[in-house]
Amino acid sequence: MLIDLAISAQGLTRYFGDRVVVDQLDLGVPRGSVTGLLGLNGAGKTTTLRMLMGLLTPTRGQSQLLGKDSQQLTAEDRARIGYTVEGHFLYGWMTVRQSEKFQRETFPRWNSAMFESTVRRFGIDPGQKIRVLSRGQRAGVSLALTLAAEPELLILDDPALGLDPVSRAALNETLLDFCNEGLRTVLLSSHLLDDVERVVDRVLVMVQGRLVVNTTIDDFRNRISSWSLEVPPASRAINAIPGLVFAKQRGGRTIVTVADSDAETEAAMMRIGANSLERLPITFGEAVVAYLSQSRASDSFFANTGA
Amino acid sequence: MQIHISAGSPQSIYRQIADQIRQAIVCGNLKVGDSVPSVRQLAKELAINPNTVAKAYSELTRDGVLEGQSGRGCVVASRKNVFSKAERVRRLELVLDSLVSEALTLGFSYDEIQERLVKRFEKIGPE
Repeated sequence: MLIDLAISAQGLTRYFGDRVVVDQLDLGVPRGSVTGLLGLNGAGKTTTLRMLMGLLTPTRGQSQLLGKDSQQLTAEDRARIGYTVEGHFLYGWMTVRQSEKFQRETFPRWNSAMFESTVRRFGIDPGQKIRVLSRGQRAGVSLALTLAAEPELLILDDPALGLDPVSRAALNETLLDFCNEGLRTVLLSSHLLDDVERVVDRVLVMVQGRLVVNTTIDDFRNRISSWSLEVPPASRAINAIPGLVFAKQRGGRTIVTVADSDAETEAAMMRIGANSLERLPITFGEAVVAYLSQSRASDSFFANTGA
Repeated sequence: MQIHISAGSPQSIYRQIADQIRQAIVCGNLKVGDSVPSVRQLAKELAINPNTVAKAYSELTRDGVLEGQSGRGCVVASRKNVFSKAERVRRLELVLDSLVSEALTLGFSYDEIQERLVKRFEKIGPE
């Protein structure tokens, strides 16, 4: 049974000069899901999104949005896809209402109620001039303009960047509202792990251009565990722990984060002199940070698996 | 009842929801036949992904804690025994086995285990 995919990519790769920025990305985002794309700055998130949108040509590989080749999206295809980037251009001299009128001309469908409820959620009066809005409110207008066109697929590049807590909450609520029917697909990149944990079904983690995690948020949580061991600092034996994601020193102990731990993992940890093995609770954010903190992730077998 | 969740907790959000509903039933804050908010409503209230709520509800339904009523959402199920007596005993034994062996491995004595079990029972058990 083939899952209906809103976004797919095969071997998607991009070089800038001789530097690989996105490396052999294979991806499938099921229709109706909300997926978070996580990674450090420079991990290749924006480059990936731009290739998916057909705004940048891949060096190798290909991708499809809503079943259409990214590089050959027609105007009709694009009308079904919403895409916002940080610093979306808005005319400061227009009122919010005028910017809506201006934008709706170019779209076959327009949901005014959606526009209205979104800007209200960001505390905006549609009669206000864009010039006087806060950064968070401008992001709200930008989002409202994108959502009112009722895209089937929404791609947001770091929509929470620089937002105050109130705007962040408004962003989360808006996205959840937008997806309420479970028919629309959202892919968003973000650094706000707590917000991501609330909003997404699926998690993608990129490290140095490679996709190292691609699974549901629950599967990700279940498969990551954290342990405290009594091991001399800088012991090379730690690298032999199966599924090791990241190890760090804390006090006299070593904290290791591992993927897919089993009896063998525990045995390996005992063997390297862990007299007092202790399993630690781990949050979603800590699990992500463990991945982002290491560069060995490209060897991880955790990539491209999942439900 | 009011459900509170927090992101960034070692417990996943769906687990927090499921546990709080179980807890509310055990404490009597939710009674048999009481309805719980719909998936959509609770997701909206908590500003979380609806699938997370759905996952919590489906676990509770599977375990016979909630039951679905068509068109009316979920209600707290009467404590009917979805399992036969033998099955209930088997399930209890299973939990007890792992409790006892884990506790012994951790070096607790019989008395310590018993004492903690009683305290636990007082804390979360029925009045």
